[in-house]
Amino acid sequence: MASTAQRMPRGLRIASTLFVIFWFILAAFPFFWTLWGSFKVELDFFSIADWTNGLTGERTKAVYGSAFTGTGYNGAWVQEEFWRNVINTGIVCFFVVCTSLTVGTLGGYALSRSSYNYTFWLLMTALIFRAIPPITLVSGYLLPFFEWNLWGILPTTIIVLVAINQPFTLWMLHSFFKNIPQELDESAKVDGCTQFQAFRRVIIPVMWPGVITTGLFSFLLAYNDFAVTAMLLSESNRTMIPAINAFMGTTQTEGNVMFAVAAVVSATVPLFILVMFFQRQIVGGLTAGAVKG
Amino acid sequence: MRHRTFFWFFLPTGLAMLLFIALPLVSVVTQAIFAPHPAVLIEVENCTPLVGCTTETTIDQQATADLRTKQPLGRFVGLSIFLDRGHLAASEISAAWSESPNWGTFLNRLNNLPFYRAMAFTLTFTFIVTPLVIIMGLLIALAVNTLHARLKGLVIFFSLLPFVITPLIGALVLFWMIDSRGIIGSALIAIAGDPEFSLKASTGLMWVSLIVYGIWHAAPFAFVIFYAGLQTLPMDQIEAAQIDGATRFQQVRFVVIPHLMPLVTFVALIQLMDNFRVFEPIVGFNASAHAQSLSWFIFNDLGGETRQLSAASATSVLTIIGVAILLSPVLVRTWRDFKGKT
Repeated sequence: MASTAQRMPRGLRIASTLFVIFWFILAAFPFFWTLWGSFKVELDFFSIADWTNGLTGERTKAVYGSAFTGTGYNGAWVQEEFWRNVINTGIVCFFVVCTSLTVGTLGGYALSRSSYNYTFWLLMTALIFRAIPPITLVSGYLLPFFEWNLWGILPTTIIVLVAINQPFTLWMLHSFFKNIPQELDESAKVDGCTQFQAFRRVIIPVMWPGVITTGLFSFLLAYNDFAVTAMLLSESNRTMIPAINAFMGTTQTEGNVMFAVAAVVSATVPLFILVMFFQRQIVGGLTAGAVKG
Repeated sequence: MRHRTFFWFFLPTGLAMLLFIALPLVSVVTQAIFAPHPAVLIEVENCTPLVGCTTETTIDQQATADLRTKQPLGRFVGLSIFLDRGHLAASEISAAWSESPNWGTFLNRLNNLPFYRAMAFTLTFTFIVTPLVIIMGLLIALAVNTLHARLKGLVIFFSLLPFVITPLIGALVLFWMIDSRGIIGSALIAIAGDPEFSLKASTGLMWVSLIVYGIWHAAPFAFVIFYAGLQTLPMDQIEAAQIDGATRFQQVRFVVIPHLMPLVTFVALIQLMDNFRVFEPIVGFNASAHAQSLSWFIFNDLGGETRQLSAASATSVLTIIGVAILLSPVLVRTWRDFKGKT
């Protein structure tokens, strides 16, 4: 790679490095600052007197005798029962990912193996559905859900999130299955398998890389959703993100902002771990979508 | 694959999308042209000896229930919800148009109408954030591409964080930093030399903060895609350009950017759609006094004590029309490709 002609002049190299450092700080610093500050008292995290208090924790020392305190976490997890919301998020994400992958794999496989014109129309419809902001659908859900007493419970939200997820899942898996040579399942059919048997015995064993990538994005959609979950879940069934939003309303008046800060940090940790382990798949999934257009 | 087999494979996903996307869409449109029945009122005269007679207005429960079962959709109101003051504000617009002596006053009066104020913010946000995200992503990709292989992984890891983070959480994290007692807020106070300086105080500064959040959140997406595009850069073309004496800038301008052009279109398209639905940062930044978007209106109408379904539905329909306009070039292009193929 590094031919002499490609070597950069010194000025440009310095500028480029400085820019990377600038971006690195811009991307990473807010998270570290909030993580560090979540172990402080409010007067340190929001310091009027001196911003270095946020680093050294002067007020925290004055109150608790040490520069770190877990009161924010205690308040959020124990006092405000944030663990309930964490469990709800866990349930929602698990079932959304499993269901939408099962349903989407079948559909995506069918779309990739059929050569009729209607596959084009189905994919176009999916693209249009993908472009519609989910919040615009919510007013269509509310009346029937109230009518049939389905509002506020987790299963309803899970099904809605699965459906909202489908267009994207179909597109991802469709283009992924296109890359698995059709000869594989054809030869299985020649050997006397039905289409479903061919799918089960030949395609399922080789489809996991694509399914895992798609699953990651389904997980992110379910985990990050705010508009739909906030509207469709009752207060006792809230997932983490609507709960954090509700914290903002209640804690600001009671002076418990640190509860919200602790909850935010707690909700960031799973995403951090996810990126750590699946960085390659996330990058791969993003670029696969771009290359296919 | 035969039609029958296809049908059974596609049934679950098709059913999910039909029941929870297509039907709700129909329902949203219906709710926007029907308004709920008002309660039927009756006047009852109560006469008590010695005291006299009083008339009371009460709700006729029976008649109201009858009316609601007879016409469950509500009363047909046509486009009147779309044209009321909360949405397109037809009569206010025509009044403003005929009474305003010049464009300035007209635009000023337009800005007092909630829908147009929200449109102004949404469009400004969309059309400032999208190009800046593309430029920022391209610069980061070019800069990271020159790094040592080991550093690349680390930088990509941290770059992904603003993108995968829950939008509401990302907005809150930045919001706490730009609070006048937060670290960036107090730095700005020191720079401005004004202890009263606050980003939350003025509409303009709030818009800037929201736009900065939008770039921070989406630049990693553009970066990752452009970075992947740079890995397939045709080296022979770069070398040919060098032999022809192209400067580094000219190489980027005439070789790298044309190579990345399809990806730029893709990022621009996704960003236009995503930025048009901007919502979480407005909630996270608590900025609804300074900036509203269509999505925020829907959320606001649906939440709270009175769920204003008709108003929210009308805004939803308008939002979908907006998305359709943004998406139409792609749909037309795909349609032409499809026609060309068959």
